[in-house]
Amino acid sequence: MAKASLMDFDKALELFEPVLGFEVHVELNTKTKMFCGCANEFGQGANTNTCPTCLGLPGGLPQMNEKAIESSIRLGLALGCDIAEYSRFARKNYFYPDTAKNFQTSQYDEPIAFDGELTIELASGRQVTVQIERAHMEDDAGKLTHKGGATGRIQGADYSLVDYNRGGVPLVEIVTRMIEGGESDSPEIAKTYVAAVREIVKALGVSNARMEEGNVRCDANVSLRPRGSNILGTRTETKNVNSLRSVERAVRYEIQRQAALLSAGGTITQETRHWHEDTGTTSAGRPKSDADDYRYFPEPDLVPMAPSREWVEELRATLPEPPAARRKRLQSDWGFANLEFQDVVNSDLLDVVEATVAAGASAQSARKWWTGEIARLANVAGVPADTLVQPVQVAGLIELVEAGTLTDRLARQVLEGVIAGEGTPAEVVENRGLAVVSDDGPLIAAIDDALASQPDVLAKIKDGKVQAAGAVIGAVMKAMRGQADAARVRELVLERAGQAG
Amino acid sequence: MPEITAEQVAHLAHLARIDLSQDEITSLTAELGQIVEAVAKVQEVATPDVAATSHPIPLSNVFRPDTVVESLTVEQALSGAPDRDGDKFKVPAILDEE
Amino acid sequence: MTDLIRLSANDLSGLLADRSISSVEATTAHLDHIDAVDGDVHAFLHVARDAALQTAADIDARRASGEPLGPLAGVPIAIKDVLATKDMPSTSGSKILEGWIPPYDATVVARLRAADLVPLGKTNMDEFAMGSSTEHSAYGPTRNPWDLERIPGGSGGGSAAAVSAFEAPLALGSDTGGSIRQPAAVTGSVGVKPTYGGVSRYGAIALASSLDQVGPVSRSVLDAAMLHDVIGGHDPLDSTSLTDAWPSMTQAARAGFEDGALKGVRVGVVKELNGSGFQPGVKQRFDETLALLEGAGAEIIEVSAPNFEYAVAAYYLILPAEASSNLARFDSVRFGIRVNPEDGPLTSERVMAATREAGFGPEVKRRIILGTYALSAGYYDAYYGSAQKVRTLIQRDFDAAFAQADVLVSPAAPTTAFKFGEKLDDPMAMYLNDITTIPANLAGVPGLGLPMGLAPEDGLPVGLQVMAPARADARLYTFGAAVEQLLESTWGHTMLSQAPVLAPNEMFASEEGVV
Ligand SMILES: [Mg+2]
Ligand SMILES: [Zn+2]
Repeated sequence: MAKASLMDFDKALELFEPVLGFEVHVELNTKTKMFCGCANEFGQGANTNTCPTCLGLPGGLPQMNEKAIESSIRLGLALGCDIAEYSRFARKNYFYPDTAKNFQTSQYDEPIAFDGELTIELASGRQVTVQIERAHMEDDAGKLTHKGGATGRIQGADYSLVDYNRGGVPLVEIVTRMIEGGESDSPEIAKTYVAAVREIVKALGVSNARMEEGNVRCDANVSLRPRGSNILGTRTETKNVNSLRSVERAVRYEIQRQAALLSAGGTITQETRHWHEDTGTTSAGRPKSDADDYRYFPEPDLVPMAPSREWVEELRATLPEPPAARRKRLQSDWGFANLEFQDVVNSDLLDVVEATVAAGASAQSARKWWTGEIARLANVAGVPADTLVQPVQVAGLIELVEAGTLTDRLARQVLEGVIAGEGTPAEVVENRGLAVVSDDGPLIAAIDDALASQPDVLAKIKDGKVQAAGAVIGAVMKAMRGQADAARVRELVLERAGQAG
Repeated sequence: MPEITAEQVAHLAHLARIDLSQDEITSLTAELGQIVEAVAKVQEVATPDVAATSHPIPLSNVFRPDTVVESLTVEQALSGAPDRDGDKFKVPAILDEE
Repeated sequence: MTDLIRLSANDLSGLLADRSISSVEATTAHLDHIDAVDGDVHAFLHVARDAALQTAADIDARRASGEPLGPLAGVPIAIKDVLATKDMPSTSGSKILEGWIPPYDATVVARLRAADLVPLGKTNMDEFAMGSSTEHSAYGPTRNPWDLERIPGGSGGGSAAAVSAFEAPLALGSDTGGSIRQPAAVTGSVGVKPTYGGVSRYGAIALASSLDQVGPVSRSVLDAAMLHDVIGGHDPLDSTSLTDAWPSMTQAARAGFEDGALKGVRVGVVKELNGSGFQPGVKQRFDETLALLEGAGAEIIEVSAPNFEYAVAAYYLILPAEASSNLARFDSVRFGIRVNPEDGPLTSERVMAATREAGFGPEVKRRIILGTYALSAGYYDAYYGSAQKVRTLIQRDFDAAFAQADVLVSPAAPTTAFKFGEKLDDPMAMYLNDITTIPANLAGVPGLGLPMGLAPEDGLPVGLQVMAPARADARLYTFGAAVEQLLESTWGHTMLSQAPVLAPNEMFASEEGVV
């Protein structure tokens, strides 16, 4: 594959106006699949979650999952969509080995939700309103693994293996209208839009929203319109871009590639393109052609949905605060500086910090622990921070620190104990005997010993050089093997040295 | 009424993934022409004011609770497979891409 | 013991219940008769002798222990091969599914087992139920027990022949455009297509989803009703299954035996299903039956259904369209045969195409191509969309007719059984054969076929079709049982008692000689 030539991004923007469009597929986190009672679980043994329906065996029939419909309606409402009074599934007919029935059960001209919008805010503060054309339901395909050949990719493989566990998992596909006027912000718009959708589905609780597991997948359409022209360019569709950073890069890459090609007198082929994470490039996939004839028709094995207006309003009442509004509110409630707040948001720790504050911790302490020690441990363990420890435990830990029962150093040990499953922070303190010594007796004995062995220091303190106390404090902490509250030791040192107060 | 051509039948056969022989294409082209001519009769009465009926008995909102039901065992799932590799179905190389 | 095979399911059920006979005896009698005659008739694609005898013995043991059993417990039954059965191959008459044993039972099969019927085996059919003659089976045709040179109807020729050849008292069929009622007509047996949604389609290998309906095949209306009670009712696995609380069809059939059951019943004769194109003997028996009905107090009314004229056209668009999509899953990946292309590279796409070329017969290919055409871009509105509008018009015709009449009647088929090969080369002629039965499928209303005599010109069975409004299946059974009783009392015998006695198959006879 010849390497495509790219035009400088700014130059491309001088010559062309990028026009974007996105199709974001969201995998719902229902307990069961869209049309059968098989479990919707990631990472199970191959073909363990299958039945005659999702395997497309002769005689299998679909049954609609009510929860999936509820989730789709809630998602539609959160995107500001109208909910259809009458909506149907259709069959999209095409042959492919990962599609058990050789048709996808999808919504065609009668989607459950349509005509919405989502306003996103870029880093510059620029607000962009993305028009949502529709959000429709469909079922996912199974998973193919390509074997043999050099690359493990489809090209050059000798054969492929199919696992239908994912086949039939409910998806909502959110389709935008054309996004114009993005200009040089276009790559950032792409990333921010997908991030916003991801945030919404997470806030709704309708998807696990893990992009790395394919819960949220983006197809990015890019076309270029020559400046001064009102004719749309031919678009390409870059499929299955599965991280926010990649979405941004893929859009930037396509703008640069298409600009170079057009400027050199070439034409853009309407085609799907594949994103390659390793090289940061896209490559040509299948061209769109007249042969794409999906022969849609209403799925005769299912009956129409006519969600009652009462039901829709009930579901509307369950919608959480929109994520953008929530972020504004939390930042102001917590009094965080922009950078502090961004740190929490970017680390995906907003929920746990909020829960920790709700459990009684101060916002700053919650932020400090989650973005600091817990994030560090999570990084070491290679797991998301929010899976390591419960907010309520973190709040308990912070409470012990603030009550003077634990020093920060001890608290880190307690945290390790909590993560190791040794119990609540209080139980870990108890079992490991980690509490700060609060009885002054042993402390005073240790201080007196330390002062006695460092008479020069004692003299300095008595002279008013209170910073000299540090050496004594260090010795005392060492003697106490850390199980003392440094602040209290300092108080006592000054007191014993005659500098009370 | 559009005439049915052999090219059209070949295209339909491709869409339907059936590797028709030349003889079959020839005979189907003729038969399809006759059948299409006969069934096109529906257009005589299918005026715009008539609603379409997709299901003989109208029903709506037939839903299933989101409750897990026992799946097939892996052995059952793969019991009819023409070819397999471990617990997965095995298919020849896929050249065309969706 | 040969008499056992001539008993109705209801009579067998009585003898089984009072333990005059055992299920093993009843089952053995039928299996032996299958061995004797099925070499000629070829109603069965698979006979499950050992499993049937084991099931029968278990039922006998449970009955002996005093366990209360259902009314049809211990009665043998044949199952159309369109239904998934986890202990028997299920091929739908197609080579592409040769030897496929599903990992699950169709709901109706599970219900048969739960009601302790004894599955004898799987019956032959036109491939994927596409046909009216069973000549399109990949496994060879079934022969009409009345004349082995003639078709047994289709697609359920196997089930109809099995009951009319006394190989089974009961069978299951499926009816997409007449596949239960038309075979009943040409074999002198009884068959019912229930209201769409009345019987579960889960596990029935789909032909056309919006038309298919599973139903009973038998030698009497009462037997059909008893079987209907076993298989009918809501199934959450079929989203088009009706949640109605259905009345007992058995009781409804018994009500037909009461005096005066036909008195005042408004019987609508559909003008459009009683005109030209009907064989004289069919027309004659139909007119005689109307006269008998009138004599029994029924009121005969002529009704018109002007849009029935468009039914065959609409049907041969809707069916192929849905079938082309339903049959897409036969792709050599998860089940069924796999055939490699003769030359060229082995790719998934080419193997699928080669498998479907080799695995599907000509009629299946014809309909898949037709359906693919009808759904393709630019043609949808003209064909599939228009056909669905015709469906609306046909429903309106039924509504108007049922405003005047309690039931509608017509001949169940325009002719008696034709000879093998007669219509094989003319698909449209074959399709027009379904004119009487198709409207009920398009509208979803129930229909019953029962014998109304032999055509004088060929001595072959002629069938009456009765239709009732959607959900009024019970009315069909009451009326059907009353007509059956009226006809049989007029004749002085049952229809099938007139069927020629089939000679035991030669191979079987020679085997007997050895033993
Ligand atoms: Mg889609
Ligand atoms: Zn399943």
